[in-house]
Amino acid sequence: MTNNQPLGFSKASVGKKVLMAITGISVIGFLTAHLIGNLQLFVGQDQLNSYAETLQNMVAAKWMFRSVILILFAIHIWKGIVLWLENRKARPVSYMKDVTLEASVASRTMFWTGALILSFVVYHLLHFTMITTNPEYANLPLDNGRFDVYSMVILGFQNYTISAVYFIALSLMAFHLSHAISSVFQTFGLTKPTILPKLKIVSNLIALIFFIGYVSMPIAVLLNIISLPTGGNL
Amino acid sequence: MNLTLYVWRQKNADDKGRMETYQANDISSHMSFLEMLDVVNERLLTDGIEPIAFDHDCREGICGMCSLVINGNPHGPEKGTTVCQLHMRHFKDGDKIYIEPWRAKAFPVIKDLIVDRSAFDRIMQAGGFVSVNTGGTPDANAIPIPKENADTAMDAAQCIGCGACVAACKNASAMLFLAAKVSQYAYLPQGQAERTERVKNMLTQMDLEGFGNCTNFYECEAVCPKEISVKFIAKLNREFLRATVKKP
Repeated sequence: MTNNQPLGFSKASVGKKVLMAITGISVIGFLTAHLIGNLQLFVGQDQLNSYAETLQNMVAAKWMFRSVILILFAIHIWKGIVLWLENRKARPVSYMKDVTLEASVASRTMFWTGALILSFVVYHLLHFTMITTNPEYANLPLDNGRFDVYSMVILGFQNYTISAVYFIALSLMAFHLSHAISSVFQTFGLTKPTILPKLKIVSNLIALIFFIGYVSMPIAVLLNIISLPTGGNL
Repeated sequence: MNLTLYVWRQKNADDKGRMETYQANDISSHMSFLEMLDVVNERLLTDGIEPIAFDHDCREGICGMCSLVINGNPHGPEKGTTVCQLHMRHFKDGDKIYIEPWRAKAFPVIKDLIVDRSAFDRIMQAGGFVSVNTGGTPDANAIPIPKENADTAMDAAQCIGCGACVAACKNASAMLFLAAKVSQYAYLPQGQAERTERVKNMLTQMDLEGFGNCTNFYECEAVCPKEISVKFIAKLNREFLRATVKKP
């Protein structure tokens, strides 16, 4: 007989899975809000810059939101690393002949796409939030007394290398999401055999919508659909 | 038919093990895979070579003892079939066949193709039972059970505990086995009294045994010889969440 004390929620394998799902959904929620906010690029300079200014002026709310999303993101990353390490340890000797019947490429590369997305997030923050990688953005002329986010984004995406980095990172994000979204439903026990295949399709579609939504911005800039207010490079 | 076999040979748990190549000539397509191995072993004995050790018992597809990974597929290439029910007609002359044991930290190799699956027994001991007082046999149908629930419980109870789900899972997770064992009681009135502790205790034991975590690959369902559905993993997740919020 075994007399082990039941493992705590965050230590139990299903608990870890639930934590991955909850924090993952929160990040998806953030991605949705971030996308809706950013798509104002298509409305125009005034709209995007006043939106950015409003966000910047809500100092307390902004930092509270940033802290919450940082904690959730950190839990997602931490548990992701723990799961990956444990799962590697669970099969010390691999098969000579390894066959995959069901598992999608996305499901098998979650750790690696996750790690690459994380490094992109760091770059993205250094690029547009802290403007460390491109300090010249700080010299942009003010737009009606506001920092000109609109011109900064366009300038950023006019650079082919930067746009390529965003394009690759967003593809990886969509790939990661394609497995993540359907997994959330299974983790919460909200699936049954009749819906599971449909759920995988819906999951892929949602991931595609995120990809198209985000990637539309660098593409619009590169195709000159959106250009600098002055009509050229600063 | 003539076949080339690449078989995992390992003297004991401490041995490093290696693949050995054997020729299996004049094999009848009517033989089962295990009968083919029997023939190979007879010939190895004649040649003074230690026969290949592999697990088997009923050879009827119901005991869950046979456990070979054939060309990367636990229980071989046929869907919903144990190795003992796999026939050589599914192979063709000249085939190269890789035969490996279940690979998981929680299933250490004892010898050649035999692994120690007592981790499953310990998971069952942690809660895979219903405690009943001894006494007379209760009347059949004394406890009414909706047909749908009885059917679902029976679908879960089809699990023969062979461990193919672990062998197939990229994470060597035993979640489908655990899900079947938890679900078979969760759907029945007899299982209700110990429902909350059962899922917690069995899950804890599974985690302590060193199996991996389920990350929804669904490889388990694809190879299960009893075709246990991953819907039971969804059920297990619900059971776990229920047990988390429920006061003991």
